[in-house]
Amino acid sequence: MATMTPAPSRRAGRKQRPVGHHRNPIARVLGWTAIGLVVAGTLFPFYWMLRTALSNNRSMFSEPLSLLPVDTTLGPIQRVLGLQSTADALAEGGSVGDINFAQYLINSVIVCTLITVFQVLLSAMAAYAFAILEWRGREVVFGIFLVALLVPGMFTLLPNFLLVRDLGLLNSYLGIALPAMFFSPFVVFFLRQFFLGVNRSFIEAAVIDGAGQWRIFSRIALPIVMPQIITIGILQFIFYWNDYLWPLLIGQTEESTLLTVGLGIFRSQTPQGSPDWAGLMAGSLIAAIPIFILVLIFGRRIVGSIQSSGVK
Amino acid sequence: MATMPLTGTPRRKAKVSRKRGQLVPALLFLLPALLGFIAFFAWPAVRGIYLSFTDYNLLSDPEWVGLENYQSIGSDPVFWRSMVVTLQYVLINIVVQTIAALGLAVLLHRFTKSMVIRGVVMLPYLIANVIVALVWYWLADYNLGLINSALDAIGLDRIGFFGDQQYAMTTIALVNVWRHLGYTTLLIFAGLQAIPGDVYEAAAVDGAGEWRVFRSITMPLLRPVLAFVLVVTVVGSFQIFDTIAVTTQGGPVDATNAITYYIYDRAFTRFDFGYASALSVILMIILAVIALVQMRVLRANQSDLER
Repeated sequence: MATMTPAPSRRAGRKQRPVGHHRNPIARVLGWTAIGLVVAGTLFPFYWMLRTALSNNRSMFSEPLSLLPVDTTLGPIQRVLGLQSTADALAEGGSVGDINFAQYLINSVIVCTLITVFQVLLSAMAAYAFAILEWRGREVVFGIFLVALLVPGMFTLLPNFLLVRDLGLLNSYLGIALPAMFFSPFVVFFLRQFFLGVNRSFIEAAVIDGAGQWRIFSRIALPIVMPQIITIGILQFIFYWNDYLWPLLIGQTEESTLLTVGLGIFRSQTPQGSPDWAGLMAGSLIAAIPIFILVLIFGRRIVGSIQSSGVK
Repeated sequence: MATMPLTGTPRRKAKVSRKRGQLVPALLFLLPALLGFIAFFAWPAVRGIYLSFTDYNLLSDPEWVGLENYQSIGSDPVFWRSMVVTLQYVLINIVVQTIAALGLAVLLHRFTKSMVIRGVVMLPYLIANVIVALVWYWLADYNLGLINSALDAIGLDRIGFFGDQQYAMTTIALVNVWRHLGYTTLLIFAGLQAIPGDVYEAAAVDGAGEWRVFRSITMPLLRPVLAFVLVVTVVGSFQIFDTIAVTTQGGPVDATNAITYYIYDRAFTRFDFGYASALSVILMIILAVIALVQMRVLRANQSDLER
């Protein structure tokens, strides 16, 4: 196409700013208004969660439109963490039940860390075998692995439940974590691409020096792709942190209930007549805060990684 | 990116002699993943298909019943109803989400490169379905929720967003649009960034208007990315579960009883594992067909940018 071959220098300059950096002031005002509305619409529900979590559940009902917390209190947060006395909970119109988000928080941290560490390390090993090592049948085996990427989780859910039950692992951390610990087809696929980019001369030099494959993997290849390992680790941690159906089936005792499952229980236990919305939002806040923190620290990496997943 | 300076072309010289030599280390490196693949993907897949031909209530052993489950599904009104509401959900969810994300991506691309704005827009996607569902369940609550209180305050009727058969599935579809909008926007945004700026420059020189540029340049060059986005989001959309499970639980009157929720219900509240497995097989086949059809479209358009 003739239009595709201009002077490269101009093209580079063009890329520095947004395409349409508009001279038309009306278009600019309209555009920024729309972006502002989207940002506000994105953030408002989170604000409402905070506002409700800091409200007195009893007095809140008389002021449903108040933009600020009603009768501001830390009561709901203390309540769902099991730190509020029954009398105080009743006085604030909160629900009194066996809900202990402190325990669920611990459960979620342990299970998600367990999954992420094992899954990313073992997937990295598999990715290394598919990208760096050369062996007969490599592409075929990789193709079979990719099939797992396309199988919807729902399909293996019921048989995996039976397997975990037969292993006697219901209501345990290991039962929730086990199916995800060995590998994830997505992580293997993701890391393989980066291992393929590793300069072969580093590997070959190490081979000449007599290094074994494990040493090459752990001392050379892994450090080179460490930024990608961290990125995918964060994404996988968030994914399992948010997962609901599988931990709902496997972890039903207090010692094995994850945060999302705990929220579901809290919601279904809440009485129809006077629901503890403040408590429910306090629990949601506790489950969401770790993710907010991860996004604050690693937002740039996460955005970059999601963007690059679409354009290949 | 950090790996860039280390990238180089693979040397091919020693390849042949090493081919056999690296099979053993390769197997050792692959061993854990292979174990996981066999134990938690391959074997469950086979077992799931087997169970779909049995009657199994979790207590006694599975009993072979041939095609009975599939025949029952064919004449199961709840199954057909669940297919209808699932399609309704997917349609609303995908259409609204894709159009909104396209608009937002174009806006962001034209007006700002801010990482903070993109990070904010993406935030809901990183928060659990369950949390998003509960926040909106509260916002849209009939009696005390902000939205209905506001409607009431300005003299309008309250709406049973989750409680009214007519609105429940639409509400759930829109809640998930809110959650996924940022993700879809980022994918499309990346596609827009890949379009060379000079194409637009040339169009401006030729005096093309905004709409014409969008229709004749942006859309055709974006088609491969849009196709990818559609494959990912449609397959994901079909498996809607979490939002339904913590809000309507399939009701009112099966209005939100989507297929995955129905499978869950058959398996874990009625312990009808054979039947539920057959439903899973059917869902799997539907998704495979959809993905294949969409992938054809994707491949057909892949060369648009290179032409």
